[in-house]
Amino acid sequence: MSDSHASVVVSGVPHAGAHDQAHRELRHHFVDMQQQANTASLGMWLFLVTEVMFFGGMFCAYLIYRLAYFKDFAAASQSINVSWGAANTAILLISSFTMAMAVRCAQLGKQKLLVVFLLFTMLFGAAFLGVKAKEYYDKYEEHHVPGMNFNFDGKLLGHPEYVVNQRHAEMFFSIYFAMTGMHALHMVIGLGLMAYLIIASGRGKFDTSYYTPVENIGLYWHFVDVVWIYLFPLLYLISRTKG
Amino acid sequence: MSENEHHIVPVKLYMLIGGTLLFLTFVTYRVALIDLGAYNTIVALTIASFKATLVVLIFMHVKYTSEKLTKAVIFSAIFFLGLLLTLSLADFGTRAWL
Repeated sequence: MSDSHASVVVSGVPHAGAHDQAHRELRHHFVDMQQQANTASLGMWLFLVTEVMFFGGMFCAYLIYRLAYFKDFAAASQSINVSWGAANTAILLISSFTMAMAVRCAQLGKQKLLVVFLLFTMLFGAAFLGVKAKEYYDKYEEHHVPGMNFNFDGKLLGHPEYVVNQRHAEMFFSIYFAMTGMHALHMVIGLGLMAYLIIASGRGKFDTSYYTPVENIGLYWHFVDVVWIYLFPLLYLISRTKG
Repeated sequence: MSENEHHIVPVKLYMLIGGTLLFLTFVTYRVALIDLGAYNTIVALTIASFKATLVVLIFMHVKYTSEKLTKAVIFSAIFFLGLLLTLSLADFGTRAWL
């Protein structure tokens, strides 16, 4: 017992009494691992609220301009390949499933399976970015990237006589690239976090009473998925018919 | 106190939720190509909200959390996002009335 007592040093502070059996990851200002995990989870949710408001501003800009430039937005939206968008939605949802399974493995202490599911999550996340890059390249080739060479020659479905306003179509693509670009940046950061989790779990950092990084990065990954769940219908789907 | 108070979600439920999400993605993709007039937007956003709710409740474990503060934080996010969107649209949507 004296051996384990001496080894309990958390954040450089030797503990005694209630912390005799303390976990090496327990910080001295928490009562136990459960309280520490709950606190970290609440902090993560507060961060996600700020993320909701961050993306919310862009969703708000999209709604206002869509109401103002309704027909031009519809024509611009129709030029996006809906099949790639649907495929990417499926890829991202599968990655969310593998992430949920990774957290489950962490809860149960299945360390090897945890790494496998994290690798799968990374793989699907990278596939999503690959499809996104292909879509961006198509838009670049079509001169649909806002800027000097922007040129939109698409027509509004069912209204071939309607002359699409170039500046209004450019506004749609500005919002499209801003929203999907910020989403893609979150995916890139997510892949970096996955790499960290894989290295940390490979080094045996996590066990059944400490897997907070896996859980919170999982929350982040699912949040990025939820943002895409709304981006897909708003940017790809709701202007597909003659209306 | 037991070390692990976390709810372990059965694999079958995760697979059911994952399958439902993929099925709904297929449905919303197909329905978007059918002309429903103004209902296209309503259907697409209803399906998206249902999918988002499944992800938040099951994948993000909100259904199983005993922490009421987490739920309060989530409701505050939805409330303030709703405030941002409805007040902005109430402004821009009614300017033509003047």
